[in-house]
Amino acid sequence: MSDPRIIWNVLLRRELLVSLRRRSEIANPLFFFLIVCALFPLGLGPSPALLAGMAPGILWIVALLAVLMASDGLFRSDYDDGTLEQVLLSPVPLYVTSLVKVLAHWLLSGLPLTLLSPLLAMMLQMPPQGIPALLASLALGTLVLSFIAAIGAALTVGLKRGGVLLSLLVLPLFVPALIFGSAAVQRAVLGMDSSAPLALLGAMAIMFVLVAPLAIAGALRVSHDQ
Amino acid sequence: MWAWFHKWSSPRWFYQLSGTLLPWLAVISLAALIVGVAWGLMFVPPDYKQGNSFRIIYIHVPAAAVAMAGYLLMATAGAISLIWRIKLADMVLKCAAPIGAALTFLALVTGAIWGKPTWGTWWVWDARITSVLVLFFLYIGIIALYEAFDNKEAAGRASAILALVGAVNIPIIYWSVEWWYSLHQPASISFTGESSIHPQMLRPLLLTITGFYCFFGWVLLLKVRNEILHRERSTRWVRDLILSR
Repeated sequence: MSDPRIIWNVLLRRELLVSLRRRSEIANPLFFFLIVCALFPLGLGPSPALLAGMAPGILWIVALLAVLMASDGLFRSDYDDGTLEQVLLSPVPLYVTSLVKVLAHWLLSGLPLTLLSPLLAMMLQMPPQGIPALLASLALGTLVLSFIAAIGAALTVGLKRGGVLLSLLVLPLFVPALIFGSAAVQRAVLGMDSSAPLALLGAMAIMFVLVAPLAIAGALRVSHDQ
Repeated sequence: MWAWFHKWSSPRWFYQLSGTLLPWLAVISLAALIVGVAWGLMFVPPDYKQGNSFRIIYIHVPAAAVAMAGYLLMATAGAISLIWRIKLADMVLKCAAPIGAALTFLALVTGAIWGKPTWGTWWVWDARITSVLVLFFLYIGIIALYEAFDNKEAAGRASAILALVGAVNIPIIYWSVEWWYSLHQPASISFTGESSIHPQMLRPLLLTITGFYCFFGWVLLLKVRNEILHRERSTRWVRDLILSR
């Protein structure tokens, strides 16, 4: 068990298997995304011009909320059944375990959300030239958001009333990703070059993938010691 | 240097040393605030464009500056508490958060009051206002997280982690919002170049800024001393101290 690649594969396999056995938890955020996006035309009126203008923002905000919802239970079952304790005791660094866990979570929440987004973009009358930027920005953006939300989830996992608190902690930190992500889509819709905000999102993704596991590991230790 | 560090990090020593510091801070902050505000409100000539409404900067600018510095102090205390497990840093973090949040709120409110006659609206989604609003949310998050834990040691460490994550994010938030939109005027005081504010207006502003910093230190020390007494209430020195009163 000392080869890092084996550790990586074993951890990733375990996380994916555990998540795949609870299919509804994968499906729920996607249905949330679908339903909330469907509420916007009902609230704002079905005018195609209005919806087309707001679609990038709506899609991004709803995707952000869906990521937040999906992350709430990220560490809960591990904390409740004692897996977290075993993970803390194991010789594998907690940094690696956290990194793999969030990546696996993203593969089954952020990625499907990204793949579902073109459908919703069409329903919201978004011009099709924005779709590539939407896919790219959501793929990178949900990765960033998942890692930020995981910090909050790790901090609140030991608390009885974590849900609302999690959104209070995490939503202000989502601001930059939201700005760059929706700007990328808006620029693409207007026929402008959207590589600058996408590059910034990419830089944020690299930074958070590397740095956030440190905070997640620290937060898990605090939650466990509590 | 280390001996000094350890001495200050002991709650008992801190309590005694901060006691001698308190009256000085109180006198300086009150004097600077009274003189600065009176000077700024009554003796500085009105602005040629904004008239008298510009005078709110004597509250607005110091509040905003200290609110930001307060977050930095809080994050530094968080780092110290995580690295060296110093209880005192925990207490500083806990006590600085509500003061910082209050000052951020004051900066937002005074900004809105100034915006009404100047921009014609209470609220504008401009870059700097938005980032101060996010700063306010970050403060609220830290207070909420601290209050959610029953175990105060865990609460301190969790808030310290969150404060550090927030501190890493503040530059990103600032630049993202700046990039998003900017209507707010650039900073008027510059330490490297010539300030764009007239010296006659600047002098009372520097006084009130000093006053706000000292006020922050004063209130922080009062709160930390209170927290020390509360947490160390079962120790002998606190009992002796209370009995000797």
